[in-house]
Amino acid sequence: MGLLDKEFSEGNIVIAKVDDLFNWARLSSVWQLGFGLACCAIEMMATSAAHYDFDRFGVIPRNTPRQADAIIISGTVTLKMATRIKRLYEQMPDPKYIISMGSCANSGGPYWEHGYHVLKGVDRVIPVDVYVPGCPPRPEALFEGLLKLQEKIRNESMRKKTV
Amino acid sequence: MALKTERMVLNMGPQHPSTHGVLRLELEIEGELVTKVTPHIGYLHRCFEKHCEAMMYNQVVPYTDRMDYLASMYNNWGYALAVEKLCGIQVPERVEYIRVIMGELQRIASHAVAVGTFGLDIGAWTPFLYLFRDRERILTLFEMTCGARLLYNYIWVGGLSHDIHPDFVRMTREFLESFKPTVTEVNNLLSYNKIFIERTANIGVLPLDTAINYGCTGPTLRGSGLAYDLRRDDTYSIYNKFDFNVITGQGLQGTLGDTWDRYYVRVQEMLESVKIIEQALDQLPAEGDVQSAIPKRIKPPKGHVYTRVENPRGELGYFIISDGNTNPFRVKVRPPSFVHLEIMDDLTRGHLISDIMAILGSIDIVLGEVDR
Amino acid sequence: MKTREEIFEILKAQFPDAVLGIDASLPTEPLISIDPLKIKDICVFLRDSEELKFDSLMLLSGVDDANGTKTKDEQGHDVITGGTLSVYYHLDSVYLKHRVTLKVSAPRENPDVESVSYVWRSADWHEREAFDLLGINFLNHPNLIRILMPYDWEGYPLRKDYKNPEFYLGMKVN
Repeated sequence: MGLLDKEFSEGNIVIAKVDDLFNWARLSSVWQLGFGLACCAIEMMATSAAHYDFDRFGVIPRNTPRQADAIIISGTVTLKMATRIKRLYEQMPDPKYIISMGSCANSGGPYWEHGYHVLKGVDRVIPVDVYVPGCPPRPEALFEGLLKLQEKIRNESMRKKTV
Repeated sequence: MALKTERMVLNMGPQHPSTHGVLRLELEIEGELVTKVTPHIGYLHRCFEKHCEAMMYNQVVPYTDRMDYLASMYNNWGYALAVEKLCGIQVPERVEYIRVIMGELQRIASHAVAVGTFGLDIGAWTPFLYLFRDRERILTLFEMTCGARLLYNYIWVGGLSHDIHPDFVRMTREFLESFKPTVTEVNNLLSYNKIFIERTANIGVLPLDTAINYGCTGPTLRGSGLAYDLRRDDTYSIYNKFDFNVITGQGLQGTLGDTWDRYYVRVQEMLESVKIIEQALDQLPAEGDVQSAIPKRIKPPKGHVYTRVENPRGELGYFIISDGNTNPFRVKVRPPSFVHLEIMDDLTRGHLISDIMAILGSIDIVLGEVDR
Repeated sequence: MKTREEIFEILKAQFPDAVLGIDASLPTEPLISIDPLKIKDICVFLRDSEELKFDSLMLLSGVDDANGTKTKDEQGHDVITGGTLSVYYHLDSVYLKHRVTLKVSAPRENPDVESVSYVWRSADWHEREAFDLLGINFLNHPNLIRILMPYDWEGYPLRKDYKNPEFYLGMKVN
């Protein structure tokens, strides 16, 4: 925001649009559901651990969907799991965002042809906001995905939509 | 007066922060005591065996990566060994050395995750960060060798996808030197921590005869006190050239075969792997083409083969049936995690709910391998 | 430590009817063929015999031999009738360090094999997996239900003539 490096005298007022203020607050603390599916989950763990440190973007894993803003679908979604993912998504409070991480969650990945038990893309059951390609994506790619999501949140509006 | 409680069924998972993936445990509990645990698996069944039947022999290698995604090198290696045995391919010595180095680095990386997340499950956050810091350095070594951090597709049938980087030997030695203090750190922070011992000693005791009857291998079996290691007892590759100890549980903090023993076997095995890598780096032949033995077209004779390697979790076996075509007729994997998950019911009976996480962490399962 | 041929001789002497033969022509490992309905007795013997002591079942794998007659249905999918389904047992002796591979074959239409889950407890899940993916029916198994696929799944995916359903619970499969 560039405010903190300026010095203020007392009693200042900052005027901002409600949209901007709320969006700024929301995009800086995207709490993700602590939820790993497959190989990509290990990269997601590496992203939150030392060296990459996902915390600095305000991403903290929460262990219950009811406190989460975003869910990172990190890995292959099988048919058996798809119904559970849908339920987890429905348990999250609005507004909620989905990052589809890795080829499997995007489109079935290497299992697209003969995978009789693999859902070919998680967007067949829940709406996806950001797709991160890679098998598995590097932590940097996941950062990029998060930055894209932040961009999306920044441009949202709370104004009532006219039909 | 004994407290009377009703029996209750509780679901843990498939989304649960401590189940190490998409595992669902159906618990029957009386108060806090667990009377029965039924694991439900298959949430990550990715049809590996069906894919093998549709692919050519060399195309299967990337799929093996994705089974045990914490020890991909070993999956590649086991598969490559099986096909090499089926076709009668002899690989160059330099390739064998590089495979051993990569395999043992992978073992350290895998055990680092196992030990780190085990601490995490029990509530210790710091060892996880320390071990992941060092794991990143191993991943850097892998990355400069084959370009991938997690799923390598590195060990091919008959050779390797790339030769090692000129700086690899130097950087590996530097890493090994810096890794030894980490193990001491982990011991100080976790292994001999009073709270940790209280949570793990005498919990989930696995008697040796039960372990053998269940087909347990690897650290789970060695934690129960039997020195059985395929690297020594059914030597493959060039492991007979190295001097290393087979670590077994001693029952130092409680009963032999408890959760602490299985955990501590892993911690010590990381140091044994360091020893093996140091010897392999010393003996590594300077010259040699790592791709000279890779066949242009793999078409093994009719037959079947079962080979096994000592994966960080236990015996990883590949059973391949060939009908003389360029595709395998059937590939069946023996995943150690699948076998180990079966003992959950035995281990957890009579313990508290919070102990389940400790026990599950100590058998170190990877769901990608359980479900394939 | 005994070779596979020696183990075969011991078994043949003990169970002349149930042990069908040894296939040593294969380039890799000889196979001992067993009657599918007698496999349990033989496994109990293999486990308890002092000189053999096969104390763990390393791997149990179901295989579709695809040796029946192949025809095509109206949509052009393969259909196999007749032939056999097989189960391979890889046994290991942790103490004596020898290994053996057994094979049983059961007809595809009626694949009954006796369960060995009472002999080695690891067989329980392996047999459930073979049932799940290939439809091999293990007699006297304590809990023969699907393990990897959902409980309401139809068909056995690892059979060579398996045809994928178009939808599962409203989700498109292919």
